[in-house]
Amino acid sequence: MPVAAAIELEGIDKSFGAVHANRNVTLSVAAGSIHGIVGENGAGKSTLMSILYGFYEADAGEIRVGGTPVKIGSSRQAIAHGIGMVHQHFMLVDTLSVLDNVMLGAEGGALVARGAAAIRVKLAELGRAYGLVVDPDALVGDLGVGLQQRVEILKALVRGATILILDEPTAVLTPPEADQLFGMLDTLRREGKTVIFITHKLREIMHITDRVSVMRRGEIVLTTETAATSPAQLADAMVGRRVLLTVAKGPATPGPVRLEARGLTVLGSNGVALVDDVSFTLRAGEITGLAGVAGNGQSELLEALAGIRPIAAGEILIDGKVVPATSHNPKAIRTLGLAHVPEDRHRMGLIMPFEAAESAILGIHTDPAFGRGPWLSRKSIIADLARKMAGYDIRPPNPRLKTANFSGGNQQKIVLAREMERDPGIVLAGQPTRGVDIGAIEFIHSRLVALRDAGKAVLVVSVELDEIMALADQILVMCGGRLTGARTPPPDAANDERFVGDLGLLMAGVTEQAA
Amino acid sequence: MSAPITLPRWADLVLVPVLSVLTAFVVGGLVVAAIGVSPWDATRTLITGSLGSGEALGFTLYYTTDFIFTGLAVALAFQAGLFNIGGEGQATLGGLGAALVCLHGGFLPGWLLIPLGIVAAAVFGGIWGLVPGYLQAKRGSHIVITTIMFNWLASTLMGYLLVNGMRAPQSMEPETVPFPPQAAIPTVHGILEALGIPSATTPLNLSFLLALACAFAMWLFIWRTRTGYEIRTTGANPTAAVYGGIAPAWIIMLTMGLSGALASGVAVNEIMGVQNRLLLEFTAGYGFVGIAVALMGRAHPVGIVFASLLFGILYQGGAELAFDQPKISRDMIVAIQGFVVLFAGALDGLYRPHLARIFTALPRTRSGPI
Repeated sequence: MPVAAAIELEGIDKSFGAVHANRNVTLSVAAGSIHGIVGENGAGKSTLMSILYGFYEADAGEIRVGGTPVKIGSSRQAIAHGIGMVHQHFMLVDTLSVLDNVMLGAEGGALVARGAAAIRVKLAELGRAYGLVVDPDALVGDLGVGLQQRVEILKALVRGATILILDEPTAVLTPPEADQLFGMLDTLRREGKTVIFITHKLREIMHITDRVSVMRRGEIVLTTETAATSPAQLADAMVGRRVLLTVAKGPATPGPVRLEARGLTVLGSNGVALVDDVSFTLRAGEITGLAGVAGNGQSELLEALAGIRPIAAGEILIDGKVVPATSHNPKAIRTLGLAHVPEDRHRMGLIMPFEAAESAILGIHTDPAFGRGPWLSRKSIIADLARKMAGYDIRPPNPRLKTANFSGGNQQKIVLAREMERDPGIVLAGQPTRGVDIGAIEFIHSRLVALRDAGKAVLVVSVELDEIMALADQILVMCGGRLTGARTPPPDAANDERFVGDLGLLMAGVTEQAA
Repeated sequence: MSAPITLPRWADLVLVPVLSVLTAFVVGGLVVAAIGVSPWDATRTLITGSLGSGEALGFTLYYTTDFIFTGLAVALAFQAGLFNIGGEGQATLGGLGAALVCLHGGFLPGWLLIPLGIVAAAVFGGIWGLVPGYLQAKRGSHIVITTIMFNWLASTLMGYLLVNGMRAPQSMEPETVPFPPQAAIPTVHGILEALGIPSATTPLNLSFLLALACAFAMWLFIWRTRTGYEIRTTGANPTAAVYGGIAPAWIIMLTMGLSGALASGVAVNEIMGVQNRLLLEFTAGYGFVGIAVALMGRAHPVGIVFASLLFGILYQGGAELAFDQPKISRDMIVAIQGFVVLFAGALDGLYRPHLARIFTALPRTRSGPI
């Protein structure tokens, strides 16, 4: 067992205006261990890591690296103390080679030739030592996401990092890629490196970490040996009360087909097919889950179905009737009974600087219920959201508060209330619980199941496999713009290793043989 | 996460602009003092020269009228996320529209001719705004570039027409014959005199009321109608607008057309209210000042009316100051106006974070919504 602490935080405190992001955080990470940090969005994980990496300065508290108190005012100083960071969104230049990317910021003089040679040697050494092999001359843009992440890790190691911070590293990976990452982390641990692993996926915590800390509202509420805890206990600590990780739902009673896609193809601006000849059906009274790693065409498919993105080929049928090209726009599709919870509420679903009541009429603002003729009645739009706020437990229950001032979960509930309360026949829900705390996830999931039981056709697009498996009666998998498979989940799918492995293969694009 | 800057509404709408204007005056005062004129005397001249008499006030409100129109034009476009700096050209074309109706409608009575002239100005100015709007919406040509070019086009077109087609016979001046007398919008001093109240002759006319009515109408339109909602949504988040079934191309063209129509209020005031003939360069830069007015008025009609009044005071009081103090040249006045634009518009953020800190530090006397 490791004994010495690689890094210690004591009494770290940080406020942004009225927001107390970190309260008296004390944490000790043992050298040569993998330490997990979990918490809901806004729990203060990212702030804490930003302090550690020199992006923010703590208002109070002390950081000790290897027992020595240090001051970390910039990422440069963090690197000097052996701290490396792998960001969730990679900081790589696509058009440069792996070698150039690794060298960036460590060129070692005005002429790069000598620095490049040194880095090439180092990369080879690291490849041998840790099994982190990447072709140094490959263009980063040509590499898969998993290899790009490897380049990020190499960047930190080349700079002499002994402590690696990984911020939600698996968010963009397929299950096989995630397993590879865990293998790498295991090797790093064996070689004496220290890893701080930030995630909100409890399964990964259980799988890879030695110790785990749970953050809630800026505080560390629990630190324990991973072996001595359980996912239920961690989830409990994250939200401060017991939650159901599984959705309570009865068997589906599928009805008629409400929406059908036939050979749907969507082209990107460069003419590449982002959605490639996709066909499927959505039935009333059934939740269809669309799984896949982010960026494999699910977003474009969703937007095409909602009328936002033009379709290059194929057709959409609603209740058996082809949607003509003239009706393929968000307004007309809405009137055909389709509701759309967009994947990104900030970018698309809400208008952040507007009052919540005004965000809550987007897309239904032409409804005669909100005023006579050309007029919008403020009274009725405020009363409308006040009513929905009560039904969806949106807090604070103030329809006149600016949309941006609500938390992520409550913002998502505003979108959901707006789209659901229209009593649509078809519901498209994109990443319905992204960036939402566990309490709200539970609520949103139960609403989606209630919609299904009310006879709606529901499509849930999510990059969270757990979410798909908890909700879906039918599972579609997309990879590279194509549907790579359709599955009916067995009972207790989430714990069925074979089934999860099968989905992982489909998500990675390994298509089934024709049976 | 970043520190949220939230100020109470009154501080945002009143305190920040007042502090900015005071700063501009202090800095302007330092410059005035540097050339050996007492800032106190200068301020007194500025105030009495713009507000101190009926005549001064009349001129001030006459300038204010132009600024309200152009300020509203910029603000309306701004609500849709568009930067219309073509107010000059739109007002110029508005003048052409008004002149065509007034010159050819001499057989009509005033109560019909004047509204027709106003409508013609709005239509012509509106089209001059709509075309760049169309180019932006359908062709992706940037509105800032096209509206600037349309200013030059309008200016050149007007020069050509006034020299070649519309010039008064036997005149050397590039201007039309006077409009029929019933086309003149009643002046305030004319009305007061008809009521037996003696008053100084000023260019202030009933266009001022039209400007105030436009301000109220714009507020109603933007904040109380469905189309206004669509315009604000397009401006605040175009992606969300598309998601919400709003067609951005239509909103851009509509907004630019209405913006151009508002800008042509300058033509109504100048051509139909004061000059009673069409002439070159009557827009005199009001279209550009409208940008500063809209910035300072936070793109809100009430703010714009007050910002317009401030600029009216600076214009009229500044002219008096240049007349009264030989050491202060006309350029000096422009510099002081520039300070106001700088501090109230461009450096608007100067006080905001500090005020936010003060307000955050203050104990909350009452709880409730932020």
